[in-house]
Amino acid sequence: MVTMTIAKAINEGLRASLANDPKTLLMGEDIGELGGVYRVTDGLKKDFGALRVVDSPLAESGIIGTAIGLALRGYRPVCEIQFDGFVFPGFNQITTQLAKLRTRSDGMLSAPVVIRIPYGGGIGSVEHHSESPEALFAHTAGLRIITPSNAQDAYWMIQQAVTCEDPVIVFEPKRRYWLKGEVDTSAPAADPFSAQVLRQGSDATIVAYGPLVPVALAAAAAAEDDGRQVEVIDLRSISPIDFDTVTESVTRTGRLIVAHEAPTFGGIGGEIAARISERAFLSLEAPVIRVGGFHMPYPVARVEEQYLPDIDRILEALDRAFAY
Amino acid sequence: MNSSRLPAAEFDVEEVVRAAHPADTADLEPGTEMLRVLSPDGTMASGLTARIAGETVDFTPYLAADAEHLRSLYRDMFLIRRFDQESTALQRQGQLALWVPLTGQEAAQIGSGRALAPQDYAFPTYREHGVALTRGVEFAEILRLFRGVTNGGWDPRERNFHLYTLVLAAQALHAVGYAMGMQRDQLADPSLPPAASIAYFGDGASSEGDVHESMVFAASFDAPVVFFCQNNQWAISVPSSVQAKVPLAQRAAGYGFPGIRVDGNDVVAVEAVTRWALEHARSGRGPVLIEAYTYRMSAHTTADDPTKYRLSRDEQEWQSRDPLVRLESHLRSAGLADDTFFGDLDAEARTMATELRRAVLAMTAPDLADRFAAVYAEPHPLIQEELRFFEQYEAGFADEGKHA
Repeated sequence: MVTMTIAKAINEGLRASLANDPKTLLMGEDIGELGGVYRVTDGLKKDFGALRVVDSPLAESGIIGTAIGLALRGYRPVCEIQFDGFVFPGFNQITTQLAKLRTRSDGMLSAPVVIRIPYGGGIGSVEHHSESPEALFAHTAGLRIITPSNAQDAYWMIQQAVTCEDPVIVFEPKRRYWLKGEVDTSAPAADPFSAQVLRQGSDATIVAYGPLVPVALAAAAAAEDDGRQVEVIDLRSISPIDFDTVTESVTRTGRLIVAHEAPTFGGIGGEIAARISERAFLSLEAPVIRVGGFHMPYPVARVEEQYLPDIDRILEALDRAFAY
Repeated sequence: MNSSRLPAAEFDVEEVVRAAHPADTADLEPGTEMLRVLSPDGTMASGLTARIAGETVDFTPYLAADAEHLRSLYRDMFLIRRFDQESTALQRQGQLALWVPLTGQEAAQIGSGRALAPQDYAFPTYREHGVALTRGVEFAEILRLFRGVTNGGWDPRERNFHLYTLVLAAQALHAVGYAMGMQRDQLADPSLPPAASIAYFGDGASSEGDVHESMVFAASFDAPVVFFCQNNQWAISVPSSVQAKVPLAQRAAGYGFPGIRVDGNDVVAVEAVTRWALEHARSGRGPVLIEAYTYRMSAHTTADDPTKYRLSRDEQEWQSRDPLVRLESHLRSAGLADDTFFGDLDAEARTMATELRRAVLAMTAPDLADRFAAVYAEPHPLIQEELRFFEQYEAGFADEGKHA
């Protein structure tokens, strides 16, 4: 076991991927000499060279589009998008080209491209630097979307994304980049497309992912003071979603809260609520309650703490669920 | 207006078009140097040199003009035009969802396609039927997309010819990325034959940001890629002159690589220039932009009506530059082909069209259940769940059928 931050865990995971397969390469803006604006790729260009750690021109469509071409040639590109709000110039290449390549070729072609996107708020930044656009991608068939919430998952899930034959978007919780945790570099993490129960409980279930997992765990701990035993599930994979794990939990607890930073309307929480109402309707003691961002562009930094779901917002949702 | 092919009732439409596009749009060969070997009257020059990016380039060694080769170029152009006509007819008869004609662009496509080496890799738009032919894609395979039975149609890895891309210019970036991969492969294994990719796009798509980004990336990394722009004068209804205020070939200078404008209706010049450009790219000297100056003699697609926006006068002027007529004139006047050759070719094309029609009519709809398996390479629980639902749902109808 080694203790490291999430950022370092991704760095070490990328290092392992580069070492394991000469076809793996990294592309992105400022990822080489600088090591990325969050230093996630720090030192990798020095060790693997400019052909494998590519400082790209500042063009997101160019990064994704050329990565598709490299993948067609047998390479495994890992693209870094500098910030969540800057992925949109590459949205066309991701949704119309990358996601559809396998279907368009009747299963003949694979596009094992990984796209890393630091996402979420809480860092006091300017606009376009704090968004959570995962639902826009989850709605697109052909993509897989994962989001680690701790160092162990960060180290392994990035490597699992690289070896996956499908395109994978890895949403990295940027405000947790410096969160430390233990990493076992000898034992791979669970299936990256599965959810994990992080805390067991019998009265309610909180599903969260990425940056809100520590918030959900803290809320569950606080709820214990009120005598409520709350289970916490780290979703880990946003597409596909491990509904089996969530359903199994809800059939025991009868209450479900889904929390994410992204706006609730049209979000992942709504999809989970709908699925659980189909699968576990008779087990539910209360409606599934979503805790998320409001239907507005991500607000200015001075008020983002009011916008972001926090422990109290989750506890308030639990209160509502228990009021039924 | 005696030359107008518009019926009298639509005469006013022609007048409106003429008013909207004053005489300068009829200027078919503006200022920039356009490379040509085979003139519209069928005479062939013996050599070709030009100033490219400040240097004198001799394309003469790249000219392939022996009799057998010229006849084979003519054969490809003739067959693909006949294929185009048959496909148009199939669409008109409701057998294809849509058709994208290439008539007028045969020389640009066959010339550039024949310049490719086996190890090169082409990234087409949705109109490169002629290039497809040169890469060994079968005629019927091209029509599978337009028949609506697949979005692909062939195995790109077998033909080194990517699938058609309908989102404008997206494939230009794929071509650059592919070339970056070729570059790395070559460095890892110098015994590999040098290779290049070629990105096809049109004058309309040249306005897309992806063309700009692809040229920036290609220049940044000296990627072995040739950008092949067919300027067919019309982006559906908008003339090229609206989207490009300088000849498209000149844009290459802004990226720092050579740009060439070639007469896109001269198959010999197109092939020579493309051969040179591919060799330039393969040898590590970076990308080249070729603008093949041509004309879309037919509609944008079978859903288009060019009489709404362009002049029959222009169409007729371009007919005098028809790439097939031009090469036929040369073959006949130089004594390189006779009536027997053209008669045999016509018979071959008729047989091809008959077989094509039979193959298209035999294409049946795929099973939607099979489409679930093509979304992801690895097992996916949602796909499995929805497939189970779909099969049970369909099976319910089968049971009803039995009891009825």
